[in-house]
Amino acid sequence: MTAFLGMPARAPRGVGQLRGDLPFPAAAREALGNAQLRSNLGRATATIRAKRAAVVDEVPDWAGLRAAGAAIKDAVLADLGSHLIRLEEQVVAHGGRVHWARDANEANRIVTDLVRATGERDVVKVKSMTTQEIGLNEALAEAGISAWETDLAELIVQLADDRPSHILVPAIHRNRTEIRDIFRREMGRVGVPAPPHLSEDPHELAEAARLHLRARFLTARVAISGANFAVAETGTLAVVESEGNGRMCLTLPETLITVMGIEKVVPTWRDLEVYLQLLPRSSTGERMNPYTSMWTGVHPGDGPLEFHLVLLDNGRSATLADPHGRAALRCIRCSACLNVCPVYERVGGHAYGSVYPGPIGAVLSPQLTGAKDNPSLPFASSLCGACYDVCPVAIDIPTMLVHLRSEVVAASGPKPERAAMAGVSWVMRRPRLYTVALRLSRVARLFGRRGAIRRLPPPLSAWTRTRDLPLPPAETFRDWWVRTHGSP
Amino acid sequence: MNAREEILARIAAAVPRPVQVEIPRDYRAAGGEGRGSADVLALLEDRLVDYRATVHRVGPDDVHSRITAVLTGAGIGTVVLPAGFPAPWSPTAVRVVADEPALTPGALAGLDGVLTTCRIAVAETGTIVLDGGQGQGRRALSLVPDFHLVVVRAEQVVASVPDAVAELDPVRAMTWISGPSATSDIELQRVEGVHGPRRLHVLLVFP
Amino acid sequence: MRVALFITCLVDAMYPRVGQATVQLLERLGYDVDVPLRQTCCGQMHTNTGYADQAVPLVRQHADVFAGYDAIVAPSASCVGSVRHQHAALAARSGDDGLRRAAAAVAERTYELSEFLVNVHGSVDVGAYYPHRVTYHPTCHSLRLLRVGDRPLRLLHAVRGLDLVDLPDADVCCGFGGTFALKNADVSAAMLADKTASVLSTGAAVCTAGDSSCLMHIGGGLSRDGASVRTVHLAEILAST
Ligand code: SF4
Repeated sequence: MTAFLGMPARAPRGVGQLRGDLPFPAAAREALGNAQLRSNLGRATATIRAKRAAVVDEVPDWAGLRAAGAAIKDAVLADLGSHLIRLEEQVVAHGGRVHWARDANEANRIVTDLVRATGERDVVKVKSMTTQEIGLNEALAEAGISAWETDLAELIVQLADDRPSHILVPAIHRNRTEIRDIFRREMGRVGVPAPPHLSEDPHELAEAARLHLRARFLTARVAISGANFAVAETGTLAVVESEGNGRMCLTLPETLITVMGIEKVVPTWRDLEVYLQLLPRSSTGERMNPYTSMWTGVHPGDGPLEFHLVLLDNGRSATLADPHGRAALRCIRCSACLNVCPVYERVGGHAYGSVYPGPIGAVLSPQLTGAKDNPSLPFASSLCGACYDVCPVAIDIPTMLVHLRSEVVAASGPKPERAAMAGVSWVMRRPRLYTVALRLSRVARLFGRRGAIRRLPPPLSAWTRTRDLPLPPAETFRDWWVRTHGSP
Repeated sequence: MNAREEILARIAAAVPRPVQVEIPRDYRAAGGEGRGSADVLALLEDRLVDYRATVHRVGPDDVHSRITAVLTGAGIGTVVLPAGFPAPWSPTAVRVVADEPALTPGALAGLDGVLTTCRIAVAETGTIVLDGGQGQGRRALSLVPDFHLVVVRAEQVVASVPDAVAELDPVRAMTWISGPSATSDIELQRVEGVHGPRRLHVLLVFP
Repeated sequence: MRVALFITCLVDAMYPRVGQATVQLLERLGYDVDVPLRQTCCGQMHTNTGYADQAVPLVRQHADVFAGYDAIVAPSASCVGSVRHQHAALAARSGDDGLRRAAAAVAERTYELSEFLVNVHGSVDVGAYYPHRVTYHPTCHSLRLLRVGDRPLRLLHAVRGLDLVDLPDADVCCGFGGTFALKNADVSAAMLADKTASVLSTGAAVCTAGDSSCLMHIGGGLSRDGASVRTVHLAEILAST
């Protein structure tokens, strides 16, 4: 018998970045204490929310695009194997090579071996959450290979030995002064140093990054990227970006290695007409991002001589196996849901413990790892629904969160809570008993002072730490009804 | 079982009965009106200016002189010209370099600018697509030099993204360019110019 | 028209005056109101906390109690949302197709108060008088789950004497979220602080909404801060003359 028929294969422990050190409420408490972080996040998310709303509103057929965007992904997920096989055929037919990785460890091994085969010790990298998910940089470092991040934000994060906090703006938690200090302090240590009188003007900071990275781009012989889309029909890969570092990585080096989750495949070339409208407007709030690169295998005389595509599972097939959860695999990583999330806005990305933060992270991370390994994330939401409204591929995140909560409870529900829930449900199924129970709640009036309850024992103390609770009334509604409108 | 077989088996087990999903296409499809029309050109220009690209409108007889003027005006001393760039448009008063044999990245970095044609342009999104065809060059050419002047003929301008997708050949290496290189990574303030050309000039040729 | 009041467990236990106001309002508008006393709770807390199995018997009970009414009205967007968006799915997942149909039939005839008044009753002027400065917080479930839109605002505009002031960042969640308020109390409190600041910035004497749960949360924060702004359910304003 084979392994896949048993438990669904989740992303393995001990590698990559899908699990946090702290449960969400504890990590969130730390983040809430950081006033700088909160004000950076508040400003940044408000700006990007407004930009997104403006450019989405000007598209008359947004709803149609959104419905198509969701359906195309559903079509892929309904027959993922065939699409991947088609993609593989096409990539190979155009001179590329395709590798399959069951999980993070296997993907890291494949990439490390590929880089080793080139004899290089340095690789340049572009924008790839997938490689962060699997901890590729750490794996390469262990093999003595330095991976240099080239997105401005990723560079900031890497130089500061920090972690990204946002899908799209990984350094959203840093302001310009902090960035200047990081550049001044760290650039010289690893390459071209920051100009001597670097100010905190974003133009100067960008210029410093340009100078620092240019030397690297011009000499790099191996690049690693992710992919936004892969077209099964043609074998075409697409990377969407702003700065041009993606183009540098995708065209200058001799060897290109692209690591891509298996859910990134779309059926046909035509489908990109949908996503190239949905993605930029939802993510950066632009009508189109400055640069989109598309390539199919190897193009003689233009770009890399060798192209490797690594197809990664790492918990995705397990996510696919859950009919109530698989729509999370539609996600195109636009980050619109993060920017509208009132929880994310206040705590930032680190509190989620995973490379995927915010609402989508709260559903995707537990699915990739199994609910048992991320039991607090499905509860990290007030279910306000703002994420679902903006999602360009209409992922019903609130409903999925509720579904995952029941998975968590089924796997590990805390015992007192389980007993309480069962007890309440038992009483609520018995209207007479329920009527009596409601009357008994009047006992709580004894705890009150000046018309309100200001302190309750745990777990209800979590409420009364910051909020008063009104006193239960002297008469329940149903008793009033019976008294005024007749017989029980 | 190797990784490929195992992943495919996992997928098959996850969705035991693959189904066909209908894809509703209730959005503006390709074939929209207005290719090369005054409205579409005005929209393209508006979008490009919004991205802080510089747009120059010219008639067909003035392309050569305008190219030369834009390059000299921008202080460009050396420009690389891809194979197939229309000879009559080739600038004068500027040193012209060919990409034959292929220039090294270092050599490209030493040039002031690049002059190309394009494959198609999308008005609504302010996008210019290069696909490596005649006059467009390999991808690195329009990337490494810090200044890019691209010639767009009116009849190459379509209204929407679906219009462009319908015409493009997916197996060519493509770059979709919408304004100069930019970043918003620092406090979401947009800064033009990181790694790609920091100045993008567009010559719109009217019939 | 025989209208059943789906009172919701929170209103029954904690806010009887909201239920009383709903009854008075509907009776004043000429409806024959019935309160089936076998109703208890829609099971939303169980569902949203991960105890779907414990919610299924409550769905069954709810579908049973409210079968056969022309209209079922509740002064809560959240509970109506649960009936409309969760009950049939819960029944389907439990594999009981009969229950799924029964739940769907009840859901179809269940209305949040402002929906009932505007769509079924067909008027925004319900003859209310309320001489106070009021700001309206659209709760997440009325805004995004039920999409009641501007119905509550239209109803409030028609109330004589009422001075309606806009709430800044109105569409942002107040941070209640059911057991979220306990399980993620710190984040919930941070969200609440921003909401109460918005409320205070309006200078309103009253903050209203269509859900007693969110009002309990917002009111609890205002009360703790010693603010004089009161939280009053939409039904109470519309009932007052
Ligand atoms: S879940 Fe939707 S909104 Fe969130 S990142 Fe993914 S595609 Fe964007």
